[in-house]
Amino acid sequence: MSTGFVSVAYVVASVLFILSLGGLSHQESARRGNFFGIVGIIIAVGATIASVSMGAGGIVSIVFAILIGAAIGMFLANKVEMTQMPQLVALLHSFVGLAAVFVGFAGYLDPLVKTHGAEHTIKLVEVYLGIFIGAITFTGSLIACGKLDARIPSAALTLPGRHIMNLAALGVSVLLGAWFLGADSTAEGMLPLIIMTAIASVLGVHLILAIGGADMPVVVSMLNSYSGWAAASIGFMLGNDLLIVTGALVGSSGAILSYIMCRAMNRSFISVILGGFGQTTSSSAAVDGDQTVQEYSVDEVCEELKNASSVIIVPGYGMAVAQAQNAVGEITKLLRDKGTTVRFGIHPVAGRLPGHMNVLLAEAKVPYDVVLEMDEINDDFPETDIVLVIGANDTVNPAAMDDPNSPIAGMPVLEVWKAGQVVVLKRGMASGYAGVDNPLFFKDNSWMLFGDAKDTVDKILGGLRS
Amino acid sequence: MMKLGIPKEVFPDERRVAATPASVEKLIKLGYEVVIQSGAGDPAHYDDDAYMAAGAAISVDAPSLWEQSDFILKVRAPMMHPDLDRHEVDLMKEGTLIVSYIWPAQNPELLDQLAAKKATVFAIDSLPRISRAQKMDALSAMANIAGYRAVVEAANHFGRFFTGQVTAAGKVPPAKVMIIGAGVAGLASVGTANSMGAIVRAFDTRLEVKEQVESMGAEFLELDFGEEEDGGGGGGYAKQMSDEFIAAEMALFAEQAKEVDIIITTALIPGRPAPKLITAAMVQSMKPGSVIVDLASERGGNCELTVPGEVVVDHDVTLIGYTDLPSRMAKVSSDLYASNLVHLLSDLTPEKDGQPQVDMEDTVVRGVTVVKDSEITWPPPKVEVSAAAPPNQGTEEPAAAEVSEEPSLFKKWLGKGSLLAVTVLALLGIGGYAPESFLSHFTVFVLACFIGWQVVWNVTASLHTPLMSVTNAISGIIVIGAILHLVQAGGAAVGIMSFIAVLIATINIAGGFRVTHRMLKMFRK
Repeated sequence: MSTGFVSVAYVVASVLFILSLGGLSHQESARRGNFFGIVGIIIAVGATIASVSMGAGGIVSIVFAILIGAAIGMFLANKVEMTQMPQLVALLHSFVGLAAVFVGFAGYLDPLVKTHGAEHTIKLVEVYLGIFIGAITFTGSLIACGKLDARIPSAALTLPGRHIMNLAALGVSVLLGAWFLGADSTAEGMLPLIIMTAIASVLGVHLILAIGGADMPVVVSMLNSYSGWAAASIGFMLGNDLLIVTGALVGSSGAILSYIMCRAMNRSFISVILGGFGQTTSSSAAVDGDQTVQEYSVDEVCEELKNASSVIIVPGYGMAVAQAQNAVGEITKLLRDKGTTVRFGIHPVAGRLPGHMNVLLAEAKVPYDVVLEMDEINDDFPETDIVLVIGANDTVNPAAMDDPNSPIAGMPVLEVWKAGQVVVLKRGMASGYAGVDNPLFFKDNSWMLFGDAKDTVDKILGGLRS
Repeated sequence: MMKLGIPKEVFPDERRVAATPASVEKLIKLGYEVVIQSGAGDPAHYDDDAYMAAGAAISVDAPSLWEQSDFILKVRAPMMHPDLDRHEVDLMKEGTLIVSYIWPAQNPELLDQLAAKKATVFAIDSLPRISRAQKMDALSAMANIAGYRAVVEAANHFGRFFTGQVTAAGKVPPAKVMIIGAGVAGLASVGTANSMGAIVRAFDTRLEVKEQVESMGAEFLELDFGEEEDGGGGGGYAKQMSDEFIAAEMALFAEQAKEVDIIITTALIPGRPAPKLITAAMVQSMKPGSVIVDLASERGGNCELTVPGEVVVDHDVTLIGYTDLPSRMAKVSSDLYASNLVHLLSDLTPEKDGQPQVDMEDTVVRGVTVVKDSEITWPPPKVEVSAAAPPNQGTEEPAAAEVSEEPSLFKKWLGKGSLLAVTVLALLGIGGYAPESFLSHFTVFVLACFIGWQVVWNVTASLHTPLMSVTNAISGIIVIGAILHLVQAGGAAVGIMSFIAVLIATINIAGGFRVTHRMLKMFRK
């Protein structure tokens, strides 16, 4: 196939990718968007394979690799639980990073096009950058995946002098880059390249280990962004516009998500990346020791729910951990059938992935038009009879607004305490990820319902049915 | 068991009564006996039979009622009884409890008189304005009625429709109503005038009420005024404003007066005469046939020309200065007042045994009690309430705010400027040294970033997870690079690396799209 056809195919694929992301602006068009993406990839890969002349051995190995990869991918995607979505997304990021590293090495060892002079230097820079970002993405995503899957403790690891260490790694990488660019032969260039890859891998591990569990939504979006930039720099290396466009799309998408998540926590991107949040012990003990909480029994909660005319449910990571979303969905259905207004208030950083709660609630067959964002629902709390807080803590903490000394001061929160009454489902009195006490629990209009979220929600469901 | 007494009101034209048959039933449930003066409910259309049916005893005249009651419920403060020529306080037994309007700040002699009688006095007007006390807040209940009635009175004296109409006979423009003071009365007026179809504007010195005004369907008039000044004075009331503020405010009123058809003023500052907001010149500038309702007339009026208690016409503008608007709707105002009192008494009688307990530790009871055991307990310690954060002091120096503003602004611009400079330098560097082929890719890259930026901002927050998985899938496009290398692989190392790269990139593509599909399938309306 001529290069003209390939270029056209790449343009079509780029347009389809843009339409794919554009489709996600509404639930109605989202599935079509996904379909566009699939078609785009098929066109791009098909055109690429058709364009190169190769022997039967090449075809076989490509088809073999694609078939195995597709089978593994489908298997993973079919098996994964919706609550494990963050792990899967992080794992997939690591694959992009690893692929970028391999393609970068391949491109260096065996360039598709010979280059000279300034062009050659630029290409070497692209190779170097592509591998650097790819390696960080690869190991960082693996660590993120491990943390999300609770294989690695999710608390932030704060080594002494970690900022210095990171800076040193960066500095050494730049020096190695100079060596790499100055290398006379490919063989001589390999050494700095391999050392840099090792340093970048360690840097990726260390960067993500230093970030606490509550910041995971930012981390995952950030890695999403990195995987895009890695693809884009490989695109530069190959002189392939489709890769550049796709990488840029993915990179900016991840960057926007990181920005949205940071804003939702009222923290700067830098402070999240530098990590270590949630380790400082809260000095502003706003809560006096002798304050007591009021407790509700399951029956009382059922009674209150039956009498309420409007209910808002605020889910958090605790709901995901306990896998309580299906029972919550059932409760919603029961109450709605009775004529009660039931809505959901979702904080942007609830869960461990942007939009995590929405996916879980969708799985539980909660209609998406009753699932509202924080900004949409915050004004409605005063008119609400009862708020059920299920496994959320920091995102409903009034200290964020009232206590300027609180570590989470200024973070936008769901103002649940303005409702008629608040029932907090919680395992115990432990504080949330931010390690901050929550004065909400001591308010006059809030009641605690202790126990495992799944258990409690199931009991409430039983109580409502009888 | 205590006997509650409800006397007939003696204030001229007072039609309200402190208990209704419905409230009597509830009072009896609290353990009290109830005696009512014959004919006390007549002006509010509740006759003696209805009270008897509810369980009250009837007392034929005022002296015998006052004589036998342990706890008096009434509306107006005790005053000289016109028929008996004796003060109501003199009719009272020693040690009696009484609840009514008292206005302790204006009536210090009355407090002395009551203290001398060893009375315990609950001044319903001194209730602290906190959420818990709202159910007993007679001032709000009456202000609501007054606000409604003010619009009705205005409509009565106004020669046009409130709502705009297009009729077969021609087009009628809607009336324009300006409401000054968006307290309870002002907001009730806003709501009533709005529901009658008028164009409503409201003004208040307290910026915190802007939202409330807008939620009732009116436009909130804001001053064209240099610095922010918030008139929230604590306790949910307004406070005295600075001179410049008042000048700006008056200019606004003068301009509005020429335009609007109806002005309803409700501006009061606690403990001061009502501020004069509408001057004679403004009245003169209004269109002929316009109407002003002055709800502050009892305290001197917000308009210079209002005559308290009367309706006058001046410069062809009708000025309504009634001071008894709630009493003109005696039935509803008696109902609400009586139910305010029932709430107060049920707080005072937690045991429901007809024995009131005056617990001075309770903020509400503390605030409402102005005389206890011959001791004057007014004013109570201050309770702060306001819809917004604590208001600024009225005379805050504007210069201080500006100074603190400047360095941060400078810093911001410095940051932006240096970012811009770095970008320009980087672009110059690329433009100067990079070869042609790189620049065309670079163009594509920058444009793609912008497209990505635009497209992704439109993605709804609930689809952020699918967004991540789909971007994940398409970033598997790196497979193309891997395929190209696999095909051309010169050595085994490159071949193996490319093979693995194709494989894992495909995992990404297949897994990403599949899982996105699974998620999206679940989203349903």
